[in-house]
Amino acid sequence: MKSIAFKGLRARNTFWFYIFASPWILGFLMFNLGPMIASLYLSLTNYSVLMPTRFVGLYNYQEMLKDKLLRISIWNTAYYAGLGVPLGIILALILALLLNHKDLRGRSFFRSTFYVPSIMPIVALSILWIWLLQPRYGLINTFLHFFGIKGPNWLGDPVWSKPGLILMSLTGVGGNMVIFLAALQGVPVHLYEAAELDGANWWNKFRHVTIPMISPAIFFTLIMGFIGSFQVFTQSYIMTEGGPADSTLFYVLYLYRYAFDYFKMGYASAMAWFLFIIIVTLTFVQFRLGTRWVYYGGQ
Amino acid sequence: MGANRSVVARARPQDQAVLRRVVNLQRVIRFSVVLMLHIVVITGAVFYAFPFYWLITTSVKPNAQLFLWPPALIPNPIDFGHYVDALQAVPLLRYFGNTFYLTVLNVVGALLSCSLVAYAFARYDVPGSRVLFALLLATMMLPGHVTMIPLFITFRKLGWVDTLKPLWVPAFFGNAFFIFLLRQFFKTIPAELFDAARIDGCSEFGQYWRIMLPLSKPALTTLAIFQFQWTWNDFLGPLIYISSQSKKTIALGLQDFYKTHTVEWQQLMAASTLMVLPVMLVFFLLQRYFIEGIALTGLKG
Repeated sequence: MKSIAFKGLRARNTFWFYIFASPWILGFLMFNLGPMIASLYLSLTNYSVLMPTRFVGLYNYQEMLKDKLLRISIWNTAYYAGLGVPLGIILALILALLLNHKDLRGRSFFRSTFYVPSIMPIVALSILWIWLLQPRYGLINTFLHFFGIKGPNWLGDPVWSKPGLILMSLTGVGGNMVIFLAALQGVPVHLYEAAELDGANWWNKFRHVTIPMISPAIFFTLIMGFIGSFQVFTQSYIMTEGGPADSTLFYVLYLYRYAFDYFKMGYASAMAWFLFIIIVTLTFVQFRLGTRWVYYGGQ
Repeated sequence: MGANRSVVARARPQDQAVLRRVVNLQRVIRFSVVLMLHIVVITGAVFYAFPFYWLITTSVKPNAQLFLWPPALIPNPIDFGHYVDALQAVPLLRYFGNTFYLTVLNVVGALLSCSLVAYAFARYDVPGSRVLFALLLATMMLPGHVTMIPLFITFRKLGWVDTLKPLWVPAFFGNAFFIFLLRQFFKTIPAELFDAARIDGCSEFGQYWRIMLPLSKPALTTLAIFQFQWTWNDFLGPLIYISSQSKKTIALGLQDFYKTHTVEWQQLMAASTLMVLPVMLVFFLLQRYFIEGIALTGLKG
């Protein structure tokens, strides 16, 4: 009797689970699994909006190995992420430490001031920064001028275009700062007290208490930062169109050109899969390295 | 400080003067550190706020002041004419209308679909539910660029290209990140509440609608804010799907404005200001949820 009632409840629960989960199950099939399989197939064809489709095997992938611009775009993206992500995390951490100081007045005001730029629409920011980085009348070079420095022709110079975009990305560290602030507030005070009793100075405390205790947050921002930076697109599309001299031709911009300017969607699909492999590999490596320095005992 | 003072009081008279000087020195150092802290933070804040000051002031600068050197910090006289010009140069109001329409549909779609699915994952542990949850987490790592091209081809076959449909219909089918976020929140609500409601004859849907949703307002607000921000700021989506002017969003219209007209900086800054304002407004009204939401994703995600 009891077991029948139990079975009835179980069947009822199963029924309701699938009813409630149905939007996502449908969405998963239509917008994730289906397109993924289609994309894998497309990457093995010469699919183009303009021509009949033919199966070409691994031809697209072989072509990618020979593609010089693709190599440039990977280098540009690696440069942007490799420099921008660590710099952004260090800056966010410094800001969080400053704002976490117990003697600081008006903390929530400052927190908002540093946070707001990070939620601004990237299109509006891009246009604003074209104006700020303008070599003659731009705010940045005007500021540098007051210190006797002749600012570069940021977006017009292949050497300075990527640093210019990285500089812009640093105004968006507010989100990471808020994450670090929350993590800092979760560090138990008694750990600092114990360290002080042992004669630790502020650097010892920072290095041996703060860093290990907030290492999960640093790890999280590092992973998300690399995933995000490898997909950078809008800034270069609007501000530089990949130039000058392909110096801001990022991976996704190149992919976009193949898919929607040249309509070579087979090749673009192969590129998308290669990007996926790069991101998964990077994330995997970081997880492996993370086991050495990320400390999960805190939570 | 208090402890120091009692140390001074208990010291031998000949040592008291020295000790007092040490205490005073400590106080001076402490004060300078706090002063330095404030100077550094205020300087930093000026750097972060100034671009936006520049955005707004450039939009109201008279032509004569635009290319002054050194630049004019305060526009004089304030000239709102560029806003009128910008509205006349491109159908900005139309762009705003489209963006608003998309934002509302996306927020409603995400709220409905994600809360339903999160409820399923939080409340039921049935055959298949764990496998599906693992799949859900896996899709969070799938970059949008892999699915972008097949989806475009599919929407093209459906005749949805150059309509707003590809930009809002998917929102009604759940988003892995939001589902995960809500599921974590739903898990914290005691199961006894639902058992009691069930015994009282409340339907499964009633438990979701009348118990779970009202108790989850903070998490739902966070979701709505994120979705608002993403839709409002989205550029790649409209860029791929929209070509006719009457269907453009503000993000697309703005870059269009920049690329097709001779650059009128004040008009561009005026249009950008108009795009930025709603985001600012939502931030200042719902600040708490922004900050808590972002901290939540960092700590639990």
